[in-house]
Amino acid sequence: MCDAVKEQAEPLIKTVNLCKSFGENPVLDHISADIYEGEKVVIIGPSGSGKSTFLRCLNLLEAPTEGSVFFEGTELTNSSDLNEHRKKMGMVFQHFNLFPHLTVLKNITLAAVDARLHANRKQKLKIPKKQIVAEEKEKAMALLRRIGLENKADAYPSTLSGGQKQRVAIVRSLAMDPKVMLFDEPTSALDPEMVGEVLSVMKELADEGMTMIVVTHEMRFARNVSTRVLFMNEGKIAADGTPQQIFDAPENEALKSFLSKVL
Amino acid sequence: MNVSSLILARTLAERFRSAFLIDDRWLLYFKGLKNTLLMSLFAVLIGIVFGVILAIILYTKKKTGKLKILSAIANIYVTVIRGTPVVLQLFIMYFIVLMSVKNGIVVGAITFGLNSAAYVSEVARAGLESVDEGQMEAGRALGLSYGKTMIKIVLPQALRNMIPALFNEFIALVKETSVAGYVGITDLGKIPGLIQSRTFDYLFPLLFASLLYLVVVCLLTLVEKFLEKKFSKGDRKIVYKKRFGGKKKCATQ
Repeated sequence: MCDAVKEQAEPLIKTVNLCKSFGENPVLDHISADIYEGEKVVIIGPSGSGKSTFLRCLNLLEAPTEGSVFFEGTELTNSSDLNEHRKKMGMVFQHFNLFPHLTVLKNITLAAVDARLHANRKQKLKIPKKQIVAEEKEKAMALLRRIGLENKADAYPSTLSGGQKQRVAIVRSLAMDPKVMLFDEPTSALDPEMVGEVLSVMKELADEGMTMIVVTHEMRFARNVSTRVLFMNEGKIAADGTPQQIFDAPENEALKSFLSKVL
Repeated sequence: MNVSSLILARTLAERFRSAFLIDDRWLLYFKGLKNTLLMSLFAVLIGIVFGVILAIILYTKKKTGKLKILSAIANIYVTVIRGTPVVLQLFIMYFIVLMSVKNGIVVGAITFGLNSAAYVSEVARAGLESVDEGQMEAGRALGLSYGKTMIKIVLPQALRNMIPALFNEFIALVKETSVAGYVGITDLGKIPGLIQSRTFDYLFPLLFASLLYLVVVCLLTLVEKFLEKKFSKGDRKIVYKKRFGGKKKCATQ
């Protein structure tokens, strides 16, 4: 039944024969995958297996060497409107990548205001800039309240802890109203005691129905929150299934050996 | 009696009078200073704008592989300008390229500006490269264009890192403009010679002109410190200073 629904719906993100090599070194080897709206996909795998590269190819931060990426049916790989599509694909980085010269509030509103102004010009709407700025600020404050950091709105990122930075980075992406959120090892650079606060924001997001693709080493998160787990090995998707299939009844030898090391 | 013994025979007070007071000669120094400052100011502006543009071209080529032709031109430009003496560049501009321009100060400003741009481009390129690549990625991932990410996110951080090296360049530039006298521009560096030709005495004119350069450079240094402070918003060190009243130094970063 589930498969039948999938057949009919168009995948939100689709990759076809995606290849990426750095020089002579192949990292992704003909990956074809469909990701549907509402899915919470967790990508696991040994280091160097191409997880992060795959994720970064989805919004073309990394240009694929071969193959194509489709987002909402549009081929991104030769789209002239890449920036417009990227606005709908939030991305959270391992090292947060907050803008250190801007306040937390500005970090969140910068791209959002720019996107609104751009749309304003393009669609010839005549919303005054002041109103857009005020609205985006209001929205950013609501997002900050949600993660309990509204008192940090005027602080600079260097004054925040790692966990706070990553939570701000998440709402910075959310301010763009994305259709999908890409997480690239969002907790790997955090001190252990801060991992929980970031994962709980991510879980909340998942519960609200956000489509998510998460590269992570947090197996508990993968098991409890995801609807689908991809196991990558040597540039290929070696196993693809529900968390139960992947964690409780692994069939792939490489997957078994990987799980025996991390669980 | 020859000239040098004549000078020695004069008292310091007389020499001071002839260097500054007679014929209101003190005005000459400030006229020279005005020309030096005008030339330097416009040269700095040309240098920073053109230099940053060159740097962005070179940086973009390095990071994305685009702008091949422009970056080749930029490379040649930097090589030629840095590889030839500024005096000869001044001659080439004054006597050949800009021969129709009557105003020497304009020629000077353009020459020193274009010269400075080559040096600024290297400073700015290093500044751009000092910004973490994740900053560009974060901007692009949010849907900002390359240009917007550059202007709003990368460049402000690069400028902050560039300030000390940039002011080093400006300070050198102000003093370098003193070769403008070679093509008859009455800048500050030319004034001591002018006065000496009337008084046969270099002592006070040279000391005072040097003093004026020194004052200008010191003022520039003050501006530098001010800007460094202003641009360090969000800088880790400042945060520590605020928290610990400047007593504790941050060990890293």
